[in-house]
Amino acid sequence: MAAPIALTVNGRTHQVAAEADTPLLYILRNDLALNGAKYGCGLGQCGACTVLAGGLPVRSCQVELGAIGAREITTLEGIGSPEKLHKLQRAFIAEQAAQCGYCTSGMILEAKALLDRTQEPTEPEIREQLAQHLCRCGTHNRIVAAVQRAIREG
Amino acid sequence: MNALTRRALGGITLAFALTPALAQNAPRLPGSLQTARRLDAWLRIGPDGVTVITGKVEIGQGALTALCQIAAEELDVAPARIRMISGDTALTPDEGYTAGSQSMEQSGTAIRYAAAEARAILLDLAAQRLGVAADALRVADGTITAPDGRSTTYWAIAESNTLAREATARIAPKPPAQHSIVGTSLPRLDIPAKVTGQPIFVQDMRLPGMLFGRIARPPSYEAKLVSVEVDAVRALPGVVAVVRDGRFLGVVAEREEQAIKARAALLKAARWDMPATLPDPAALHATLRGLKTDTTVPSEKKADAPPAVRRFSATYTKRYFAHASIGPSAAVAQYTADGAKLQVWSHTQGVFPLKRDLLKVLKLEDAALTVSHVQGSGCYGHNGADDVALDAALLARAVPGRPVIVQWMRDDEFQWEPYNPAMEMALSAGLSAEGRIVEWSHEVLSNHHNMRPSQSREGVNLLAAWHLAEPRAPSYPRATPQPNGAGDRNAVPLYDFPNQRIVNHLVVEMPVRVSALRTLGAYGNVFALEAFMDELAAAAGIDPVQFRLNHLKDPRGRAVIEAAAKLAAEDPGTLPRGFGFAKYKNVAAYVACVAEVALDRATGTVRVPRIWSAVDAGQVVSPDGLLNQIDGGIIQAVSWTVKEEVRFDRERILSHDWDSYPILTFPEVPKLRTTVINRPNDPPLGAGEASQAPAVAAIANALTRAAGKPIRALPYTPERVKEALA
Repeated sequence: MAAPIALTVNGRTHQVAAEADTPLLYILRNDLALNGAKYGCGLGQCGACTVLAGGLPVRSCQVELGAIGAREITTLEGIGSPEKLHKLQRAFIAEQAAQCGYCTSGMILEAKALLDRTQEPTEPEIREQLAQHLCRCGTHNRIVAAVQRAIREG
Repeated sequence: MNALTRRALGGITLAFALTPALAQNAPRLPGSLQTARRLDAWLRIGPDGVTVITGKVEIGQGALTALCQIAAEELDVAPARIRMISGDTALTPDEGYTAGSQSMEQSGTAIRYAAAEARAILLDLAAQRLGVAADALRVADGTITAPDGRSTTYWAIAESNTLAREATARIAPKPPAQHSIVGTSLPRLDIPAKVTGQPIFVQDMRLPGMLFGRIARPPSYEAKLVSVEVDAVRALPGVVAVVRDGRFLGVVAEREEQAIKARAALLKAARWDMPATLPDPAALHATLRGLKTDTTVPSEKKADAPPAVRRFSATYTKRYFAHASIGPSAAVAQYTADGAKLQVWSHTQGVFPLKRDLLKVLKLEDAALTVSHVQGSGCYGHNGADDVALDAALLARAVPGRPVIVQWMRDDEFQWEPYNPAMEMALSAGLSAEGRIVEWSHEVLSNHHNMRPSQSREGVNLLAAWHLAEPRAPSYPRATPQPNGAGDRNAVPLYDFPNQRIVNHLVVEMPVRVSALRTLGAYGNVFALEAFMDELAAAAGIDPVQFRLNHLKDPRGRAVIEAAAKLAAEDPGTLPRGFGFAKYKNVAAYVACVAEVALDRATGTVRVPRIWSAVDAGQVVSPDGLLNQIDGGIIQAVSWTVKEEVRFDRERILSHDWDSYPILTFPEVPKLRTTVINRPNDPPLGAGEASQAPAVAAIANALTRAAGKPIRALPYTPERVKEALA
């Protein structure tokens, strides 16, 4: 086993004992018990594993542990908790913007990245930003409504 | 004497009849009470609150929330006080599959009557204790209050055996006018966990000492394993076991990424002989027509009618769709260290049927296996959920004592899940001089749409079972009786035609693996039926909505058709529109849709910018839950219709990822407006699968107007539409 690699996730630095080519997704889920990011395709196509690296959305199935460097990782668990919800989490609940909810984590983090750089994105901009995130239950319009609610209610 | 099971669970003991011995002449009980007849099979009331037990499971459709609402309503307790237990072969009633939009009808009815009766029993006990008449008592959130202000609670008076009795169903549930919880949109119980990353999915289970498994499948259905060198794979870092049993190959490793690398190595190490056994995709429907079929006539009507003066016929087709869950199927399995007992955690839609098939393959006694439901990604029918449970069990058998989680890779899911079958619908009709349909014929040819585990006593419908050294064959497909039907679901029209003949040609050979996808055959049959209705309306020179009303007596169907037409008329537009209607299975919810389409003739691309719909699902338990299902179903149907097709060649399935099986994306999703006709005094009607078929019909009929001619072959992917326009 290679030497542990330092990784900062949700404000905490961890020493991770895994090969440098291990996709970040498995480190988050299996070593750090952070379940938000999901395995969907392992190909960077569906967006279910999206997390923020240095504030930018990345597909954690495509990012190797050894390539993260100093970038700080933020997962769904890092933006809010059941007791202290982030505005997007609150809006997703208010709009009941989930059916199975498997894609939700990636959707919320992609939307957070959008809201972090654009104050009031239009509906087409929200749809475009989420275009590479797949939802199979057909909850798309509620997800867009939830992002709009988060913008509105702040 | 009934077989009893007892298991401590959070301080309460569950005790109820798992296999009730039905006394002769036992009264017919409503819903699933008929088969799980004791009150404590459904409800436990103790010091820590109320536990509701259901054999149905949460698959993202909000079933557990709606069942919780029903129990809370009848008991007069706050929903937050209720704990739900669902789908567990050791704990819950056997309610078969959570499928067919039947959870409210079966489990909801049982829980409604059980809760009403439990409330009455508890009020009788409270009346004795307080010395007042039971009907003078009031209940609020489980606190029972007498007219003089003295009070007690359910939890204070309920004894462990209070509900240990057979249900009578003699206590009438509340009249809908008194409902304060049913009929409201209680927020889904599971959504807070899903938006905060709590471990709620089976994919999230991380048990102590857990290992990770992956399967190395053959490259095609009938590929023969020529050789495989496993030693090098076994020597890879972290690999704990390599399992080879016939042409079933799997790996178990300490870490997930190690299992994935070992799977890749195992795939590389295997040599296969791959025969060309799949139909020629260019001649798919002709090939299916040439296979062995079992033919039945699910409906035939003859009556006096005016003579047909014009006759029409048309043949419609659809190809294979995938369930395409976002999260590939997963399961956790753990044998005891002595290998005698097995626990499986699965997102199956039916823990009991899965258990029965697992017992056959694993050669275990009934008492040695427990299957417990844990949520997964949306399944939309029979996907890989059951298969991966057997995979996990086969790998766990190699490492007794340690739990093994197996998740399929994306290509496993696309290439091995049982698809929604290809279909061919040949319709013909005769019109009278007045423009009325006086003769109707609908012949559907399709594989079976339900090849789930435990379909019959013989056979095993689990993928790995077919690959083992000692293989088990799949069950023989037998026609499902109407009104449900399978390939012939909704082939029997709801319209009133004096003469009709519906024929079901069930293709019994299965060159491409298929089973149940949401709506089963209804999507294809309603597409054909409603597209043909439009063609006939055009021939008769009658407005298509009026033409439907001319042939439909059912007042609720008429109301839904009129409501959808009115809703769409409120929003003007220039794009061509089409209409579609169905009552799902002819026994569940009514839905009518109006769709508008934009056709790009140069590329063949079909866009669906807006859909309007009306739904009558009887009594609405959760208005928001109903809308989520109806709208989600419409969007999924748009995706099937304009984007999706399982690709294959003569040798193998070619759809293996989201590039080779694209689905609808955010910018392509239509704007929806949906109106609900609530009928609180009528029973709830299943709605989870009600909107897909009317949606495809509406799209097809709008496309006919856009294209200037009917396009009778689905899907409406660009290359197929372009070809049809040429």
